[in-house]
Amino acid sequence: MNLTLKIWRQKNADTKGKLVDYSLSDVSPDMSFLEMLDVLNEQLINKGEEPVAFDHDCREGICGMCSLYINGEAHGPDRGVTTCQLHMRMFKDGDTIYIEPFRAKAFPVIKDLIVDRSSFDRIQHAGGFISVNTSGNTIDANAIPVNKEDADDAFAAATCIGCGACVASCKNSSAMLFVGAKVSQFALLPQGKVEATDRVLNMVKQMDEEGFGNCTNTGACEVECPKGISLENIARMNQEYLKAALKG
Amino acid sequence: MALDSKIPNGPIADKWTNYKNHIDLVNPANKRNIDVIVVGTGLAGGSAAATLAELGYNVKAFCFQDSPRRAHSIAAQGGINAAKNYQGDGDSTYRLFYDTVKGGDYRSREANVYRLAEVSANIIDQCVAQGVPFAREYGGLLDNRSFGGVLVSRTFYAAGQTGQQLLLGAYSAMNRQIGRGKIKMYNRHEMLDVVIVDGKARGIITRNLITGEIERHSAHAVVLGTGGYGNVFFLSTNAMGSNVTAAWKAHKRGAYFANPCYTQIHPTCIPVSGDHQSKLTLMSESLRNDGRIWVPKKIEDVEAIRNKTLKPKDIPEADRDYYLERRYPAFGNLVPRDVASRAAKERCDAGYGVNATGEAVFLDFASAIQRYGKEQAHVKGLDENDAALVKKLGQEVVKNKYGNLFQMYEKIVDQDPYNTPMMIYPAVHYTMGGIWVDYNLMTTVPGLYCIGEANFSDHGANRLGASALMQGLADGYFVLPYTIGDYLSDDIRTGPISTDTKEFVAAENEVKERLNFFVTNDGQHSVDYFHKKLGKIMWNKVGMSRNVKGLTEAISEIKALREQFWKEVKVPGTNEEYNEELAKAGRVADFLELGELFAKDALNREESCGGHFREDAVELDGEQKGEAKRDDENFAYVAAWEYKGEPSDAVLHKEQLEFKDIELKQRSYK
Repeated sequence: MNLTLKIWRQKNADTKGKLVDYSLSDVSPDMSFLEMLDVLNEQLINKGEEPVAFDHDCREGICGMCSLYINGEAHGPDRGVTTCQLHMRMFKDGDTIYIEPFRAKAFPVIKDLIVDRSSFDRIQHAGGFISVNTSGNTIDANAIPVNKEDADDAFAAATCIGCGACVASCKNSSAMLFVGAKVSQFALLPQGKVEATDRVLNMVKQMDEEGFGNCTNTGACEVECPKGISLENIARMNQEYLKAALKG
Repeated sequence: MALDSKIPNGPIADKWTNYKNHIDLVNPANKRNIDVIVVGTGLAGGSAAATLAELGYNVKAFCFQDSPRRAHSIAAQGGINAAKNYQGDGDSTYRLFYDTVKGGDYRSREANVYRLAEVSANIIDQCVAQGVPFAREYGGLLDNRSFGGVLVSRTFYAAGQTGQQLLLGAYSAMNRQIGRGKIKMYNRHEMLDVVIVDGKARGIITRNLITGEIERHSAHAVVLGTGGYGNVFFLSTNAMGSNVTAAWKAHKRGAYFANPCYTQIHPTCIPVSGDHQSKLTLMSESLRNDGRIWVPKKIEDVEAIRNKTLKPKDIPEADRDYYLERRYPAFGNLVPRDVASRAAKERCDAGYGVNATGEAVFLDFASAIQRYGKEQAHVKGLDENDAALVKKLGQEVVKNKYGNLFQMYEKIVDQDPYNTPMMIYPAVHYTMGGIWVDYNLMTTVPGLYCIGEANFSDHGANRLGASALMQGLADGYFVLPYTIGDYLSDDIRTGPISTDTKEFVAAENEVKERLNFFVTNDGQHSVDYFHKKLGKIMWNKVGMSRNVKGLTEAISEIKALREQFWKEVKVPGTNEEYNEELAKAGRVADFLELGELFAKDALNREESCGGHFREDAVELDGEQKGEAKRDDENFAYVAAWEYKGEPSDAVLHKEQLEFKDIELKQRSYK
């Protein structure tokens, strides 16, 4: 199929960007979206032009590196996938496709479609862990049974890949789904309960300092999340936060 | 230099304990004066960085991704082995040790493998304490599954995302230390050289991938946890950025490279769909717990499937060839990876491949869905003869176990694997070869350590499933933190290492020269053009089955391609900006050297062992006819190559492998 691409080009963080038109022919429906961009880049390089910079790595939907905003949706029109798993069969011959970076104050553009998501890392530094040393002398793994439902819910929260689609999809650029998922994973497990109070307070404080917006319960984040992280995690974080705040 | 593996004396079960009792330690106050660089933040690098920082060392950690959490360990699916024997099915440290040595086709170092098995149980305790949400049974205890090449159930897992969960565990341990200021994290930095001062590794040169700035970093020791080199094949299950550069630079500075030809071709990957293909996707080995592998018995059925006039599920049982169950009745669909891959290739080469390219076999869940469905109907007191109900119940069970994998398959192939069998074909997945290390995980360069997939030590010629995660975490959490202390105890009075010495200047200049060459070279072909050509040579001539003619051709073809690359490669943009083509150019330049050494090593090893299959080394008769034939008399050694300029000049050093605790015999899975 033949496509018109309107791609955000921006030299670096300090310059202004703009949408640039490219036309691409002979696109196979079996290609992934990123493979389609590979083909475009190969053509640009051969013509002596600069290729489009975009983040990507594992190309199997788990590393969370790819971060494209396609036709107004994080990771494009398909559901439950990252950009690398989006296939061109989701588009039609003759389509015009808008490709932009994830946009949020806390995700400044580095170049073209690449953004800086180190704010997510800093939130994790503030409390995304259980304080246990790797001595190898911890108690036996089966010493504390964990209710299967809790373990499964903790796992479901922990499958967040930290891509930032939730932030990009939110009209307030809120990171509540991301932070809620991490807080929930630990809050649901007995090992995480010990530090629950400090964890939620510290992570939320850092989240606010990074310039993420507030949650107004629209739910776009849940819809666009490639891993189906549930809004329940935000509710659980709010509950944990309230408990912690009351404790002081 | 003669290779000294530094294996401690004494009985194998006591070696590690005795070793730990007699090494030198660094007291906590002195640790604060010692710096360690860790390159790579996957399971090995991430766990090492976190643990060293916990111990009190000042750690500088580097990764080329935008966050340590994105290292490719994240993509590991199936599970992690540990000799916990929670199932009471006869597992033990010895049995895990034995399975790993046998699975590696008797080409690994006994003492290292025993230590790995010994610390495996601790890994699970540690990960649970960190909040890793492993799969559990209804009683609240940890669940296990089976993997290939073993007869016990010792694999711990978190659905099909075990690597992700373990890496997030290591990442959280890192975060704690980053928050405390004990780890200084450098994201989006690529290591481009290691700096040797007075014979010791004392630092690295890096490029900031955003600004292009070249930086010098010093430390008292350098640890590489930089993963494998499967991307030398261009197409592999590795991430796009996975590369050999850090390991290759270490090799060029004196670290021997061991057994480069030992590569794991994983049997269950999604087949190639076209020339645009940029990578291959693994379907976890855990699927072979429940999936049965087959091709049609009749060639006319094969053709009808390719023409889409016949559906696979309409082929009657009697006309299906479950070739693994036929050839290997004892292990069936759970034979080790190398055996399963070769068996798929054998059927496809004979003309029984089931897709348009003739390079695919079926992985079928229909009988598992039936079996689970009946069991569920029975448990719930429902009608076991209601076919639709049984199918529905069975599909639910399968979805619980492998849901994310099935979804991934459906998105890529556009077929529903609950209702039609998956199509799979082998693909490059893991490299058992790597930088040679001694028992301390130190390379032939003092102060330079190598851990995880990047080293060669534990998997011999073939790695068993769920053992990569085990090794990465064992090295980083439980082995390196001891062994590196013994070395660093000599450095308590050294003080900070200066980066203003001639060695740092020289290394930095070399790095800059090479980068400048790329951005100014007036070439006509992109980096990918060369990478794809290299991949084709590797796959066709140094792939699943190797012979003297093909290997000899590959060596000269790679050399010619390398010469062409240096003349004709074209890199747009400049050095002083984000420039992915420039980063890729450096990586492919190193792959073009490694590829030749890889083929040379495969040519040297005139035997078949594990993932290395030589067509001139097969059993000619008897029960094992057609199976790989090892040559223990002449090749029971580690081939460690010393860099001497061109790959063709590399000098071979042999570490003879001794098997004192396990009898060397033919690996049979019949």
